[in-house]
Amino acid sequence: MPAVAETLDTVQSVTQSAYKWGFETNVEMEFAPKGLNEDIIRLISDKKGEPDWLLEWRLKAFAAWQTMQEPHWAKVGYPRIDYQDLHYYAAPKRRAGPQRLEDVDPELLRMYEKLGIPLKERAILAGVEGAGLPGPIEGRADVAVDAVFDSVSVATTFRETLARAGVIFCPISEAVREHPELVRQYLGSVVPPADNFYAALNSAVFTDGSFVFIPRGVRCPMELSTYFRINARNTGQFERTLIVAEAGSAVSYLEGCTAPQRDENQLHAAVVELVALDDASIKYSTVQNWYPGDAEGRGGIYNFVTKRGACRGARSKISWTQVETGSAITWKYPSCVLQGEGSIGEFYSVAVTTNRQQADTGTKMIHIGANTRSTIVSKGISAGRSNNTYRGLVRVLPQARGARNHTQCDSLLIGEECGAHTVPYIESRNPTARVEHEATTSKIAEDHLFYCRQRGLSEEDAVNLIVNGFCKEVLKELPMEFAVEAQKLLAVSLEGSVG
Amino acid sequence: MSGRGMSAAAQREARASLAQSFLARFEGLKARLPGDARAREAAALAFGERGLPGPRDEAWKYTNLRALAGMAFHEPFTVVAGCNGLLDRLPAIAAPRLVFVDGRLRQDLSRLPGTMRVSGFAQTPDFGTLVHPEREPLAALNTMLAQDGAMISVAEGVDAGTLVLASLAADVHGRPVAFHPRHRVRLARGARLTLIEISLGEGVYLHNPVSEVLVGQGAVLTHVRLQDEAPGAFHLATLYADIAARGTYDGFALNIGARIARTEIHARLGGENAVAHLNGAQLLGGTQHADFTSVVSHEAPSCTSRQTIKNVLSGKSRGVFQGRIEVARGAQKTDGYQMNQALLLSADAEIDSKPELEIYADDVKCSHGATVGALDADQIFYLRSRGVPEPEARALLVRAFLAEALDPIADETARTCLDEAVERWWERQAA
Amino acid sequence: MLEIKGLKADVDGTEILKGIDLAVPTGEVHAVMGPNGSGKSTLAYVLAGRDDYAVTGGSATFDGVDLLSLEPEARAAAGLFLAFQYPVELPGVGNANFLRTALNATRRARGEPELDAVQFLKLARAETRRLSVPDDMLKRNVNVGFSGGEKKRNEVLQMAILRPKLAILDETDSGLDIDALKIVAHGVNTLRGPDFSALVITHYQRLLDHIIPDRVHVLAGGRIVRSGGPELAHELEAHGYASVAAEAA
Repeated sequence: MPAVAETLDTVQSVTQSAYKWGFETNVEMEFAPKGLNEDIIRLISDKKGEPDWLLEWRLKAFAAWQTMQEPHWAKVGYPRIDYQDLHYYAAPKRRAGPQRLEDVDPELLRMYEKLGIPLKERAILAGVEGAGLPGPIEGRADVAVDAVFDSVSVATTFRETLARAGVIFCPISEAVREHPELVRQYLGSVVPPADNFYAALNSAVFTDGSFVFIPRGVRCPMELSTYFRINARNTGQFERTLIVAEAGSAVSYLEGCTAPQRDENQLHAAVVELVALDDASIKYSTVQNWYPGDAEGRGGIYNFVTKRGACRGARSKISWTQVETGSAITWKYPSCVLQGEGSIGEFYSVAVTTNRQQADTGTKMIHIGANTRSTIVSKGISAGRSNNTYRGLVRVLPQARGARNHTQCDSLLIGEECGAHTVPYIESRNPTARVEHEATTSKIAEDHLFYCRQRGLSEEDAVNLIVNGFCKEVLKELPMEFAVEAQKLLAVSLEGSVG
Repeated sequence: MSGRGMSAAAQREARASLAQSFLARFEGLKARLPGDARAREAAALAFGERGLPGPRDEAWKYTNLRALAGMAFHEPFTVVAGCNGLLDRLPAIAAPRLVFVDGRLRQDLSRLPGTMRVSGFAQTPDFGTLVHPEREPLAALNTMLAQDGAMISVAEGVDAGTLVLASLAADVHGRPVAFHPRHRVRLARGARLTLIEISLGEGVYLHNPVSEVLVGQGAVLTHVRLQDEAPGAFHLATLYADIAARGTYDGFALNIGARIARTEIHARLGGENAVAHLNGAQLLGGTQHADFTSVVSHEAPSCTSRQTIKNVLSGKSRGVFQGRIEVARGAQKTDGYQMNQALLLSADAEIDSKPELEIYADDVKCSHGATVGALDADQIFYLRSRGVPEPEARALLVRAFLAEALDPIADETARTCLDEAVERWWERQAA
Repeated sequence: MLEIKGLKADVDGTEILKGIDLAVPTGEVHAVMGPNGSGKSTLAYVLAGRDDYAVTGGSATFDGVDLLSLEPEARAAAGLFLAFQYPVELPGVGNANFLRTALNATRRARGEPELDAVQFLKLARAETRRLSVPDDMLKRNVNVGFSGGEKKRNEVLQMAILRPKLAILDETDSGLDIDALKIVAHGVNTLRGPDFSALVITHYQRLLDHIIPDRVHVLAGGRIVRSGGPELAHELEAHGYASVAAEAA
């Protein structure tokens, strides 16, 4: 894959510059040598000062990965990835430990500003805060941000506020040091190290990510947010996120990503694990806008992600909401394992593909406990020469008495050269369970477009209006500030698709 | 020899061993087999490479052939007298009929029609053009070993009426046999035919028919199939249909028999305004397994496909539905609809359903729906509150569910025949 | 005669009926009125024997028979008919077939001879004509694709054919225009007689302009808080439930 990078570097198409957030930050980088072997894993573990058990865990995952085959069942195609031709560790060179914001590389701070992440928590971090706990959170300003720059977290805000509520929100590498017993208890308990090819790879080489722990009975006082960036050349990103919500707790976690424009494909294989105990609720929202490649399908991120939540407790609830507009290839199935009696799983998704993008995304709802319920709403929009696939599994096990699922999958096609596909798997082994699946495919109706245009809307505005209406059921599930951003994102993503 | 609990490796070995025995049979027989030897060799090559499908084949994800793989099949006798009384079990339909016993056309039991040309594959072998042995391993097995079958053609503009095609397994050996009939139905422009296909039998056997159906421009084929094979039988049927402009393939398959059954259909809508109906119902009990798999390819604009499949599952039975609607680039104004419903009547029944849409044209109307569940508690209560006892209320609702599935069948003879089969199923459930 | 004494019932662990005392003598029509959430529909369902309602105390007898110990169909055979507030749709089940099955099941339970298709249709047609219900309602699937008004009329048609001894009408008037309301009322009124009694559950007084009740009961908070003659309905219409309930308390 990187072999073609130099050639493609020189190609600058007009559409590439359309990628609004395609800039690159110049920060001195520290790389591990290319390739993957036990020594690299030892190096990563050593760099992060990890305990022996975690190194052993990584090595076991690596051993499993070596016996596994890259999956090819998804409806996506790409050149073979040479996993030995990647860097598995890249960190910004540190001056001192950037415990304070002033210590953070100013170049980085400028980058986040361009991305619109308001790091005005600067003052708070500098010690101005002192005003006590903030109230219930509405606006962006009160979102705690854990920014991940490539592999290492460089700034974490609102730590103290969260700490006072007993919430732990920190880079996972820090959690390994500070809360080893929690990490050890839950890491890999939802997505086992050998779960699938990419999860095994992640388990072997993950460098950082977020750790969230909400203690019993606590409603997290603010929305938690992490921004991921892929910046360095030829570095795969392998985030590991672990969120544990104890009995009766609640948390809303936002994950947003934009990536600098690059010409060669970059691999991203994250793992996200969620654990919800009795009556706990976790809301996990994603806006994914990584570089999708240019109009001809050159470059772009390969997004091969394993996201899974375990509703372990009775009446627990895990809700996934995603707006996927970026990446050259998306392979992603945020899932819920509904073990606890009366637990609830939700999946709300908008996936937009244009140009040569390929998305194969959906969910798995595994009903194990009695009276478990799941809802799936998927909206796929295909334009250009892209392919957009919904792939979802609803499985009802024999003991899942009274389980309920409703799935609604709608596809919208824009243009004659794209593809929209729906591949649901429905497996029921309990007669009291009720599973319903509906799917439709349509295009934007000419008369709707005409009506809007007759009232003075441009064709593009009309399309945006209709597309937003099409996605409304999903967008309304997003936290307020994300919903606005997501609407803009849909408009930007579909620019030039019509007409 | 259920094969359950067999390790994956043991299953693979069993499949390979059965595949080997079929290949060996081909080697032994091939000098005497009718038709295009090259086509057979190519199929044998494909079958040799693929073998019998296993659980890793996506198209066979939900149907495991381990029970089949544990069997050893014999070649049916070439000459058999009588048919073990099975003729009496055929529905009394006055129409002409072709009767096959253990895969061979029996002129003595048949009533040849005057409205169409009919011959046996053994005499006029033709492998046709639609079958894909390289894609479907059972079609490869059939192409390799087919010895007989029905070659039916209706001339331009002729309404050929009704024809019954009966396949009987007579169990004259008292040991498992395998037969692979090869049928071809060709309707010329504007022709019409109602084909009622019935499969029944005794004993343990593999019935592996492959049918090629060509529906000419404006022609209409009504194809009603009743599969009521013996409880120990394996029924793996593959059908390829090609429908020309304004032609209609109106298919319905009722599956109530066999230990493992698969009804696989590949329908191609190749000309504008062609229509395909791929309906069916599966009524299962005991440890039966029945799989309805279909792919309908919209390759021309303005075609219509409709599909309603219902499963009624009791005991430890397992129903499978896999249905794909493909819309090719340029097949604008496609209208595709698919509905799959399953009723689970017992705690141990299982349904697996995979309705798929694969769409490459934007001006289309495609949708599918699937519902799985038990009888509706509100409906049962409503009936009981009107004085209907619970068992009767349940039966009434199951019958209503089935009636909806059978409703699309307009042909009265066929409908009667299926209604009777449904009654037989009820009697068996009661027993 | 329907006799309810101290009837208590739970739904999902919440007590909805908190001790209902009510008697409807044979030949009388009583109305039960009450605000939303007072337990009116629960009372109807409990009397008809719906599963999800747990009786936790009290009794309900009909002509001396303990209703609460009977299966729903046995209650129907005993002569109880519930006109549902939200009649269920039965796709694939023809109305005529459904009614004949129900009628014959009831007749069988009472030791009466069953009706064949011809006899049944004759009876059914007579009723459709009498109630000015179009004949094709018998041919259609039960309530499938029916408008709200058609569903309610179908309930009344079923009642007319099944000839219950006790009819419970659960807000049968909700969502009906005046013409449909009259048909419903006509259906009930023609059944009135010495052997027929009815419990008319309603939120509004307007149905009671057409079905004049012998007694009116006010249900609030899971109890009958007041009983009176037909004039009580007018009082409720004029002053609202709140004042009547407060006055009672």
